[in-house]
Amino acid sequence: MRRDEVLQTLAKHRTNELVLTTMSVAQEWPAYSQSEFDFNAIGTGMGHLPDMALGLAVACPDRKVLALNGDGSMLMNLGVLVSIANAAPGNLILFVFENEIYEVTGGQPIPGCGRANFAAMAKGAGFTHTFEFAELSAFDKELPNILKLNGPVFVTVQAGPSGKPLSTKAIPVRAAARALRDTLTRARR
Amino acid sequence: MLQPKTIIEQLKKCGITHVVWLPDSESKFMYDALQAETDLGFIPVCREGEAFAVAAGLWMGGKTPVILIQNTGLFESGDVLRATALGLEVPLLMMIGYRGYMEMKAGKQPFDTAAVYTEPILSTWGIPFRHIETDADTPKIAEAFQQAQEISRPVAALICVEYNE
Repeated sequence: MRRDEVLQTLAKHRTNELVLTTMSVAQEWPAYSQSEFDFNAIGTGMGHLPDMALGLAVACPDRKVLALNGDGSMLMNLGVLVSIANAAPGNLILFVFENEIYEVTGGQPIPGCGRANFAAMAKGAGFTHTFEFAELSAFDKELPNILKLNGPVFVTVQAGPSGKPLSTKAIPVRAAARALRDTLTRARR
Repeated sequence: MLQPKTIIEQLKKCGITHVVWLPDSESKFMYDALQAETDLGFIPVCREGEAFAVAAGLWMGGKTPVILIQNTGLFESGDVLRATALGLEVPLLMMIGYRGYMEMKAGKQPFDTAAVYTEPILSTWGIPFRHIETDADTPKIAEAFQQAQEISRPVAALICVEYNE
């Protein structure tokens, strides 16, 4: 699978879920989604997207929260798998895009490449459901069911680079955070 | 003397909705009291840096969190503090266990270097702070919270007393 194919599939099935992205995924997701319920977290601390998603999922229990993390980012903060499983927000789905490299720094392999198993780690941490996808057709078929599950849910997708230049457009993340807070507060009324 | 009841009263006064916490020697006396507070959400984390991102998420979701970690964990959290609480301008009350403060204040050699670096690092980040040593100091917690709202940045309340049973 290529990352752009996975993102287009996600965009196709996504309805009113809150979607958080980071790193190379955040640079590509805006090509497929321009929702007020998107937060592209670039420059908010590599490795910490799942924790941010945990806070949002707890704050907004009536809305599904999809966190699109990378494998290098996940390795930076594996303990958060336990924190999420412990808090057990039923509305949180954590995706890990496995490209097995640090893409934005030139493609160096991540530690544990080809040996470490993220889904096994999530399962061991106590996630309610874990999934692994290597084929786009299977992902496309199962995703609607996954979005309905009571979580926390963990999903890995083996998705290589899209083969397109990543956007270098600056994301005004501070303003985006306030806008999201306003949007979520308004949506709750 | 510093009692959990007076600290929790201050948190309630501030309208705190969630406590994001990793226990330490200066805050462990609050554990049972916090667990008993049904009005406060309680989110334990595995490493202190998580606390800042969880708090940022709660804030973006319209909630009012406080983080409760030790100064050692503050040091560990540098990048995520920079990127979330400061970078996103989160008006965050940070309650920081000040390991080694009392020894340092008494002119004794602290247990380790944690106390030595605490205030200089907060100052470098531009984070205002207040010392909480006794119950009489606890109104400073609400003051710190109020300042955080006014400046849209994190403000620290330093819990200076290490609890010993």
